[in-house]
Amino acid sequence: MNLLAIFGEALRALRQNRLRTGLTMLGMIIGVAAVVLMLSIGQGARTKINETIAAMGSNLFIVVPGATSSGGFSFGSGSVRTLTINDAYAIAELPSIKTTAPVVTGTAQLSYAAKNWSTIVTGTTANYFDVSNWKMEAGTTFTESEVRSAARVVVLGSVTAKNLLGDEDPIGKTIRITNRPFQVVGVLMAKGQSLTGRDQDDTVVIPITTSERQITGSQFPGSIRYMLVQGKSATEMDIAEIEIIQLLRQRHRIAQGKENDFTVRNLTAVADVATDAAKVMSIVLGAIASVSLLVGGIGIMNIMLVSVTERTREIGIRMAIGANQRAILTQFLLEAMMICIMGGLIGLLLGIGGAWLVSQFADMLIVITLGMVALAFLFASAVGIFFGFYPARKAASLKPVDALRYE
Amino acid sequence: MFSPEINHSGNSLIQISNLSKSYSLQDANGKTITNQVLFNINLTINQGEFVAIMGHSGSGKSTLMNILGCLDIPTSGSYWLAGKNVATLSSNELARIRNQHIGFVFQGFNLLKRMSALDNVATPLLYAGISRTQSRRRALELLRRTGLENFAMHQPNQLSGGQQQRVAISRALINQPPLILADEPTGNLDSQTSNEIMLLFQQLNRDQGITIVLVTHEDDIAAYAGRLIRLKDGHIIVDKNNTN
Repeated sequence: MNLLAIFGEALRALRQNRLRTGLTMLGMIIGVAAVVLMLSIGQGARTKINETIAAMGSNLFIVVPGATSSGGFSFGSGSVRTLTINDAYAIAELPSIKTTAPVVTGTAQLSYAAKNWSTIVTGTTANYFDVSNWKMEAGTTFTESEVRSAARVVVLGSVTAKNLLGDEDPIGKTIRITNRPFQVVGVLMAKGQSLTGRDQDDTVVIPITTSERQITGSQFPGSIRYMLVQGKSATEMDIAEIEIIQLLRQRHRIAQGKENDFTVRNLTAVADVATDAAKVMSIVLGAIASVSLLVGGIGIMNIMLVSVTERTREIGIRMAIGANQRAILTQFLLEAMMICIMGGLIGLLLGIGGAWLVSQFADMLIVITLGMVALAFLFASAVGIFFGFYPARKAASLKPVDALRYE
Repeated sequence: MFSPEINHSGNSLIQISNLSKSYSLQDANGKTITNQVLFNINLTINQGEFVAIMGHSGSGKSTLMNILGCLDIPTSGSYWLAGKNVATLSSNELARIRNQHIGFVFQGFNLLKRMSALDNVATPLLYAGISRTQSRRRALELLRRTGLENFAMHQPNQLSGGQQQRVAISRALINQPPLILADEPTGNLDSQTSNEIMLLFQQLNRDQGITIVLVTHEDDIAAYAGRLIRLKDGHIIVDKNNTN
């Protein structure tokens, strides 16, 4: 038996019935394309979330002033300015804590030359950039001594820089925030959307002291909107959380049994939930796509069974002139596998093309890995062998005399 | 390979003793009905003979032919082909015998559709493990000898019945088998073409010493053979030399 010759016979049989071969292949094409597309969308979502999480900074807590109630009315969290800059400095001294960055925010009108722009002003300390893992696109951050001296310096978010200064180099330029002149010292790297979908790049960052005294100004001096707290290690996050809570309760003189007037959120835990959700999503997408591959496989089995019945006489003739069972089995198995592999290849290209289209028009991140391609291809071949084997065995086990007599 | 030296001892290519064949069928009530087609056939055919097997339909001649061709197996009795007991052979070995030692010619030609005459003739060689190039070269040579070289690339449905049968005979000959089994080879042909085909068989028998066993129900076709066997209801009733 000559495997190459059998391959040729199988190919010839497929070519003899192009329409049927094409239609059968279509099932495979759609299946594989769907698997590739779904996997790449799922993988894209995971990559996107991982990027967002990485941009958020690691081992991060966010501490916000907590819900409080007055005369039976409960106000939402952050409704009362119970958290102060000094709380932040005290927490920074805890053994499990690396550093803290207190933040005040407000909205202000910015202007430069003839242009003006309204955006969020973030007032914070110099270590904010490090804690929130925010790199500089150009220039430098402001320094700790500039915070202490309440200097009028500003770091621009990339979107704000573009809106306010266009293509001009912003470093060293003087912009006005609520009509007070500030010198631009740096521009932040673009960070994209937060997990909640807010554009993080439309902002300006100034020293917290400057902000309090001149921009956002609060009726509660020293109070902050929230603080970022960075733990020393990922494994001690639970301990760090307890330490933060104990210290703040003590500083705020909260009696035993009374509720906290602040909330500590572990951002890593939030990120884990998002990652898990993305993982589940890719599994579900992959499973749905696999079903179409399965249906394609059943289609192949169906057609191969019809083909075996239709070609019973041909099988008989081949047996009479010396084909053994293995030669017949191999031919029909090869036919099924060729449909699958060719369909798989076309489906792969279509899937990649579809993923590209989705990334172009839906503004979604699409990731195609070599492993995915290999998986889809392997799956297609496996479907071919699995669903091709039964019809092929049926063909091979025909008795020559019966097959020849078949009308 | 098949061992030809065993043949030389007895010179008998086919030796059948006490061979019976019956089929079991289920009737409408699920009861098994046994239908015996051949009864205790004893038959020896020597190398180089030209034998015609005759009989009416239902006489068992086609069943006997299928058994001779290793396409079917007897219910009881023994069949020795070229010194080998066919009953002991595996399906792979039977396929090899059909490929190497037997050439089939059928009433309905049984050529593979949508395949050129050349490829039809070459196909048995593919199952013998010979490369396509070499197979085609040998197939073309055979087609030349049967006068069909100009039709090598034609598909069966573009050929006349006589041409198709000559393609089938070329296919039967390609592995140079010692035995050709022809089941009503002229049944679908007009009388002039029938005569041409029969002369071709005669020539192959005479010039190359190929043993030919032919099934027919026509006396004038059987007349080309050197020996006549007549079957009736599963029994051999006549076994004689043809004298005309």
